[in-house]
Amino acid sequence: MKKKFKIEVDCANCAAKMEEAVKKVEGVTDATVSFMTQKLAIEADDCRFDAIMAEVVKACKKVEPDCEIYLK
Amino acid sequence: MTKKQKIMLLRVVVAAALTIILHFVPVTGAMQLLLYLVPYLIAGYDVLRKAFLGIKGGQVFDENFLMAVATIGALALGSYGEGVEVMVFYQIGELFQSYAVGRSRRSITQLMDIRPDSANIERDGEIEEVDPDDVAVGDVIVVRPGERVPLDGQVIEGASTLNTSALTGESLPREIGVGDEIISGCVNESGLLRVRVTKCFDESTVSRILDLVENSSLKKARAENFITKFARYYTPAVCAGALLLALVPPLFVGGWLEWIRRALTFLVISCPCALVISIPLSFFGGIGGASRAGILVKGGNYLEALADTRTIVFDKTGTLTRGVFAVSDALPAPGVDAKALLETAALAEIYSNHPISRSLREAITAPLDANRVDEVREIAGHGLTARVDDRLVAVGNARLMSQLKIAFTPCEKPGTVVYVAENNRFIGAVVISDQVKPTARRAIDRLRAQGIRTVMLTGDAESVAQAVGETLGIDFIRAELLPEDKVKNVEALLKDQRPREKLAFVGDGINDAPVLSRADIGIAMGGIGSDAAIEAADIVLMDDDPAKISLAMRISRKCLRVVRENIVFALGVKAACLILGALGITGMQAAIFADVGVMVLAVLNATRTLVPVKDEA
Repeated sequence: MKKKFKIEVDCANCAAKMEEAVKKVEGVTDATVSFMTQKLAIEADDCRFDAIMAEVVKACKKVEPDCEIYLK
Repeated sequence: MTKKQKIMLLRVVVAAALTIILHFVPVTGAMQLLLYLVPYLIAGYDVLRKAFLGIKGGQVFDENFLMAVATIGALALGSYGEGVEVMVFYQIGELFQSYAVGRSRRSITQLMDIRPDSANIERDGEIEEVDPDDVAVGDVIVVRPGERVPLDGQVIEGASTLNTSALTGESLPREIGVGDEIISGCVNESGLLRVRVTKCFDESTVSRILDLVENSSLKKARAENFITKFARYYTPAVCAGALLLALVPPLFVGGWLEWIRRALTFLVISCPCALVISIPLSFFGGIGGASRAGILVKGGNYLEALADTRTIVFDKTGTLTRGVFAVSDALPAPGVDAKALLETAALAEIYSNHPISRSLREAITAPLDANRVDEVREIAGHGLTARVDDRLVAVGNARLMSQLKIAFTPCEKPGTVVYVAENNRFIGAVVISDQVKPTARRAIDRLRAQGIRTVMLTGDAESVAQAVGETLGIDFIRAELLPEDKVKNVEALLKDQRPREKLAFVGDGINDAPVLSRADIGIAMGGIGSDAAIEAADIVLMDDDPAKISLAMRISRKCLRVVRENIVFALGVKAACLILGALGITGMQAAIFADVGVMVLAVLNATRTLVPVKDEA
């Protein structure tokens, strides 16, 4: 399943690092973080999506404590 | 400025002022350090906090951590002023970056500000203002003059002119009336319109365009990926360099403190921000600028590929030509007036619905009087005969002339030739052909001036293709192709290319989806309202003006030039700082100054991509 989330991240390098971190989360097939549009696009396992997203948020907070992911 | 930025500005100003005052305060030792810690913490407490959180999370090469180490190091070495100044400068840089990025983000969003706020729905004779999302297919909406059309639909009452410039970049208004399809995002200029909605908001043109532009930054260009990858290795490498610099030379020459100071300078330069920020900003600006000109680019990678394009393959019908038939030539027999020839042909064809007949009638501006025509007899596959003002007129192809045993002068011109005879005497021929778009010639000229090889593929007859190709000055022409032959031709051309060269295919999105996706870049034309084109193509030209292709190329080249400038410039300055820092020529202050300066210049340079490129060769 592909989904997009609004995010808040202040520096471009942090966005790049977040992208790396999200890609490494288990169950995530692909992910992109756009610093310019402040969006996270993620493709992940359908049945565990919510659990995966929780992991994703954790991974992002680890690389950039000030970032925000709006899970709607 | 956002609230966050305002607070930051205040912190930076206060810290800077305190640092300046402290320069003149005659205290020394622990008291001096204590005083300097005040502006240091005001400016950099969040850096320290994030550095601490970073270490906890195992993020050693985080720029906050590096800044913290460098400044605390400076304070520890007794260079209080230096440590504080570096922190203040770093924060000024961050503030500027966030402000500049926010500004260009906003200006691009404004460029694409075509989202309608509300729709006036008509329910039981009353007009009610609702969210466009709440309007269903089949509902009737009212669009007043000056309002933006909120949803795609069909006009059921009223006539007006539409300003499509927000969508197409075309400033000439479009005339519309009852029965015409209108698309969301246009501005109604003059009359009141009642419109039956044909697409819900999510599927309307406006939503699809906005979606496309927003998603474009998720498809990253090679240059952007290169830089983020580079940043991943750069920071650790510089840190390793700093460690070596602090440990190795003093073993041989001594002077530990001096070498540690130089190592701290390294840490200041190790932050890759200037590089990492300017690349996506440039691409985003380029894509935003292009969409203002009516060119939708689906990703930075396509903008990058377009700049490397050396071959452009065109589909003929609908792309270079209008795809509509019209009279292109009248060849009267000796002693016959061309106007009379056309009028006779048009009158004889007055009742016919054949496309050829329609184009004959459209060639006459004066109204045609149907009372002058009777006894029309259609001869399938040949043409027709009719009585016009007591003259027996025959209009049709060569076979009709032969059948009626009328002597005629065969015409070799490309296109469909219609022969006309009056009372069994040949009075001339009319040539009907597809019309080359008025801007096609200029489009091809400009591309050739940019060193682009042009190719035309068509399913049309050889003679027609040659004629069009010659008028436009196209380099290679392949005619009489089936749709699958087009794919094969494009594949052969792709094989012929040198590495890194790219090939673009331009089509009108009808029947050429396979070729659009096979080429390095698929460019669809006249994308407004055509789902297939928007789906299959990488770049969508909102109007069907082929001259937009050279404009798109120029935008892409400018964007890539800015990207390259920034990469070379930022890397160059960093390298220079590293060398000078290692030699002890520049200190921390110079390093942070250079670093922030590079970032500011790179960001300003990146915002150049927002400035529209002039549409001239």
